[in-house]
Amino acid sequence: MFRYILRRIAYAIPIALSVSVVCFLLVHIAPGDPIDSIIPPDTPREVVEQVRKDYGLDKPLPVQYAVWLSRVVQGDLGRSIATRRLVAGDLILAARKTFVLAITAALLGFAVGILLGSTAAFYKGTWIDKACVAFAVAGVSIPHYWLGMVMVIFFSVLMNVFPAMGAGPGDWVWDREHLQYLVLPAITLACIPAGLLTRTVRGIVSEILSQDFVTTLRGKGLRNRTLALHIVKNGAPTILAVMGLQLGYLMGGSILVETIFSWPGTGSMLNAAIFRRDIPVIQGATLVLAMFFVMLNLIVDIMQTMIDPRIVRK
Amino acid sequence: MSNVSTATPDSAGAIVSDPVKSQGYWRGVGKRVMRDKVTLVCGAILLVMLFLILFAPWIAPYDPLQGSMARRLKPVGWQGYLLGTDELGRDMLTRLMYGGRFSWFVGITPVVCAFTIGGTLGVLAGFVGGKINMLIMRATDVFYAFPSVLLAVAISGALGPGIFNAILSMTLVFIPPLIRVSESVTTSVRNLDYVESARATGANSFTIVRVHVLPNVLGPIFVYATTLVGVSMILASGLSFLGLGVKPPTPEWGMMLNTLRTAIYSQPLLATLPGICIFVTSLCFNLLSDGLRNAMDVRN
Repeated sequence: MFRYILRRIAYAIPIALSVSVVCFLLVHIAPGDPIDSIIPPDTPREVVEQVRKDYGLDKPLPVQYAVWLSRVVQGDLGRSIATRRLVAGDLILAARKTFVLAITAALLGFAVGILLGSTAAFYKGTWIDKACVAFAVAGVSIPHYWLGMVMVIFFSVLMNVFPAMGAGPGDWVWDREHLQYLVLPAITLACIPAGLLTRTVRGIVSEILSQDFVTTLRGKGLRNRTLALHIVKNGAPTILAVMGLQLGYLMGGSILVETIFSWPGTGSMLNAAIFRRDIPVIQGATLVLAMFFVMLNLIVDIMQTMIDPRIVRK
Repeated sequence: MSNVSTATPDSAGAIVSDPVKSQGYWRGVGKRVMRDKVTLVCGAILLVMLFLILFAPWIAPYDPLQGSMARRLKPVGWQGYLLGTDELGRDMLTRLMYGGRFSWFVGITPVVCAFTIGGTLGVLAGFVGGKINMLIMRATDVFYAFPSVLLAVAISGALGPGIFNAILSMTLVFIPPLIRVSESVTTSVRNLDYVESARATGANSFTIVRVHVLPNVLGPIFVYATTLVGVSMILASGLSFLGLGVKPPTPEWGMMLNTLRTAIYSQPLLATLPGICIFVTSLCFNLLSDGLRNAMDVRN
């Protein structure tokens, strides 16, 4: 087990490095001279040349990458063109807010998805099952940015029960005042994992229910509650993997929902950066969110193997 | 399948005595689709939409770009404007019809491109194996290490706005999953006995791929690609919602949804119309692909 974990971590290192290469190249796929992508256009000529030298932009690409990487591992993600502030500092604050939103939406979506999915599997073929499946298809087909707008129209404009934008004053605190800001964006973001999990859990649970050992257990007179325990044990590894992926997708894919609700997280930061063509911010945010995703995949893989040692990623 | 397993001796005899009834695979698929009401309804809705957006220049009641401040943000059903007017006084119905052209184009093209490129690479990796497989699959792993929306946003954000860049970034997002699926089906087919016997009879690799592998893997790969269309429609409109797709004043559903955000206080119903179009399209594509999967009996 220990050796497997070490091997899995060793496998994540080249992935993380390749991810950083892709992020590094983002500056170079932007049209024009990369120097224009990382400093404001009105910078004096001497400063431009200084930055070109500092970043090694006069050297070949592999050297540039090495220089950039050594800065990144020291926590230097460069400066924003628009605000001239350090990207890393702003990013940490924004990432915290995005995490609050993503984890709430994920837990909400997982709860709904697992509940509906297992209910659908137990009542397979009945109208309950059909309703759950319909919900699942709607959940994955709905453009969540549109759902966010509809939510704002209903709950903010027409009924005036929840605020339409922002994350409340100051830093995030888990109190009543701040939570009311979280309700609408979290529900909006939760519809994707809810739909997806309903589908996945329904498939997995109904497959387990059709296996011979379940028939045996039922024949032995096991109650449904005890039976559920066996199903959880068998279904958990796969469902866990799906949940891990979904949390990562929510962290990295919250840009549209954050834009709708002006939630001050990495998504809003990215959106503003795209609007101003602020490449260092796009690069930094992408790198941090992708690294989070790599870590999450690693943790999920290890946890999966811990639950069921038969699952070993080659 | 099911009528064989439940067959009584009488009906089983009937099947054997009537060989004409053992139809081809595609005929069976067609028959199953025709029996599936949900799939048929979705297909019909999509066909109607396709007709409306394809023939928009001839059947749209107004000009999509010509507006008037005198009639801006009029409600649904206002004086000959069936779906009202937008924030610049342009006819909503006309703009939704024209907007669908870009939404559909940017939504479907990346899946078609990714199907072609990813499918080819995946079949290659699965059939050849060895070092080429390693190379292709490890490169795929890298792109899997990004959340898909983030990757699309980052690439098209760096490339700058525009339809071509949006399609390019989305194609890059959809290639890795298509490679994985086609590699895994090809690997499983490659090791089957009939491929082995074809090789033993002296068939070369090209012939084996063309005659024995492709007909058996294209179906599952195609069905998987169709499941991506719904997601792709949402992502395409999402990108242009963020300002990464078409440029104003060209109509596109995602962008219209964004520009109408200012109208949610005065005309809430109007402001949600483009989103309803995206939702219906994506829903129909998803249900259609589910129906196709069932009809073609593909397991994943």
